[in-house]
Amino acid sequence: MNNLIVLPILIPLLTGAILIFFSKRVMAQRWIATLSSIATIIVSFLIVQKVRSEGIQSLNISSWDAPFGITLVSDMFSSLLVLTTSIIGFVILIYSFKSIGEEREKFYYYAVFNFLLVGVNGAFTTGDIFNLFVFFEVMLMSSYVLLVLGGTKIQLRESIKYLLVNVISSALFVIAVAYLYSVVGTLNMAHVSLRIAEVGQPVIITVIAVLFLVVYGLKGAIFPLYFWMPGSYYAPPIPVLALFGALLTKVGVYSITRTYTLFFYHDAGFTHQLLGILAILSIIVGVIGAIAYWDIKNIVIYNIIVAVGVILYGISVMTPDSLAGSVYYLLHDMIIKAALFLLVGIVIAVTGTSNLKKISGLIKHYPGLAWTFFIAAMALAGIPPLSGFIGKVLIVKGGFEGESYVGAAIVLMSSLLVLFSIMKIFINGFWGEDRSYDVKEKAPVKWLLISPVILVILSALYGLGSEAILPYIYQAAETLSDPSIYIQAVLKE
Amino acid sequence: MRTTNNVILQTSIKILLFFIVLYSVYIFTAGHYYPGGGFIGGLMTAGAIVLLLIAYDIKTVAKILPVNYRILTAVGLIFAIGTSAGALLFNVPFLTHAFGHVVIPVLGDISLHTATLFDLGVYFVVVGVTMTIIQTIGEDE
Repeated sequence: MNNLIVLPILIPLLTGAILIFFSKRVMAQRWIATLSSIATIIVSFLIVQKVRSEGIQSLNISSWDAPFGITLVSDMFSSLLVLTTSIIGFVILIYSFKSIGEEREKFYYYAVFNFLLVGVNGAFTTGDIFNLFVFFEVMLMSSYVLLVLGGTKIQLRESIKYLLVNVISSALFVIAVAYLYSVVGTLNMAHVSLRIAEVGQPVIITVIAVLFLVVYGLKGAIFPLYFWMPGSYYAPPIPVLALFGALLTKVGVYSITRTYTLFFYHDAGFTHQLLGILAILSIIVGVIGAIAYWDIKNIVIYNIIVAVGVILYGISVMTPDSLAGSVYYLLHDMIIKAALFLLVGIVIAVTGTSNLKKISGLIKHYPGLAWTFFIAAMALAGIPPLSGFIGKVLIVKGGFEGESYVGAAIVLMSSLLVLFSIMKIFINGFWGEDRSYDVKEKAPVKWLLISPVILVILSALYGLGSEAILPYIYQAAETLSDPSIYIQAVLKE
Repeated sequence: MRTTNNVILQTSIKILLFFIVLYSVYIFTAGHYYPGGGFIGGLMTAGAIVLLLIAYDIKTVAKILPVNYRILTAVGLIFAIGTSAGALLFNVPFLTHAFGHVVIPVLGDISLHTATLFDLGVYFVVVGVTMTIIQTIGEDE
């Protein structure tokens, strides 16, 4: 029996339930949450090692055999994502201690925080399409609460938008699953893949594929469906924003990747080309937004859209290299987006504003903050030896191999503009004339800086140690490019 | 405090309440063999408490039933998680349930299933969540 892979879901769930009892005792909550999040990291690390040595791990929940019960599946792709999620959860948790404020902490902040991690880890681990929907809802419900918690005017307004969009997209998700179920008659992902392969993807399946793209695109903010994101992500407090920016859209990206590599790969000329076009348009829209704004939060938020585009472009090309590049870039982007949002949070805490035109000369008083930000910016743009480099190289290489020259060129060009947008923050905010900020005494900069420094170090190690990490990435990409490995691990035929 | 006289409403609800609670418990326990289960049973129990709220005011009901419904929700969650995680102790897959016949002196031979405990968790969560929603909206000025 192999109950190990359920633990990254079970530990945060149990912690969240226990934390409800301690709602008024902040210190107890912090300790419990920290310990459980360390336990989750250890467990997810063990899972990665186990998948590396023994292949895909699957668990038939409640002892019902594969197509009939719910199956949890940890292949290398999902176990790496679970590990990254756990690490980011831990780091943002530490940041929250000094940043979120006691008011929110007493109103179930940590409990809901853990429930969000349950949803994300569950969505990454599940092998059942309807169970994926349920975990999406667990994640979204928690994100609604985290978004509105505190009840300021802007949070209330943006929560309404966010809720509306997600309720609609969840309804579409159910409809898409209903269509899929009425065509193939099963919900287990491996079994769905097998059944689609048997009938060879008739047109109705292609329609369903596009419907899934719309659903996951709404969650993951790709080109025409990203409209809700800049406003909604602007509203919540920084730790919540970092959690959203690093995890939520990536679950949409993961789901697109999973369905487009496992289910809908028979008519790639249409579906994957559509995905590729939308990905490229997302990159273009993202960089335009990132360049246009003079608000540091908005700049980083638009960079999320760029990254989503880059990853999905890699998926759409479907060569082994581009898939590996996408996996690598996805992990890198989760880490570095969390780091950037946390750094932006410190800048806002120090200066009291997110308007770039009102900030300058931070480097004189906060050199640590400045250089951490600089390294994070370099990693984001993909300067070797940092972590953004190899992912993009592989994606571009895969793009050229797949003879998709325009797309690959746009991915390359986008790096330049991403670099420009992020260096705009560095040059205008950190260099220049030194101003004295009144609020700076209040911000516990040293404590807050721990979290982004951990993430930046991780990102640097991830880039420098790519020699050691690439076998894992290629193992993940191998499963993505050959669905039969996944199917065999689940159905054991 | 209410000033109007609600003798008929309050008296009839005092009697009705027991029937509704009994029926909800019946629905809950019959869930495995007949339509019903934790969700509808919990909703019906919450409905009974809501009737009390209509007949009396929030303070009186809180005195009759001194339950913190948020804690009740958490207890329900712990029940559900506990019964599903219990499988881990016996080295079988998560959520595997156990089943057996037990002879109890008065009731005789009855079949017990750990899924009932899971359902009890669902029951608590449903009661807790429904009552939390209604109470917080009711108390809101």
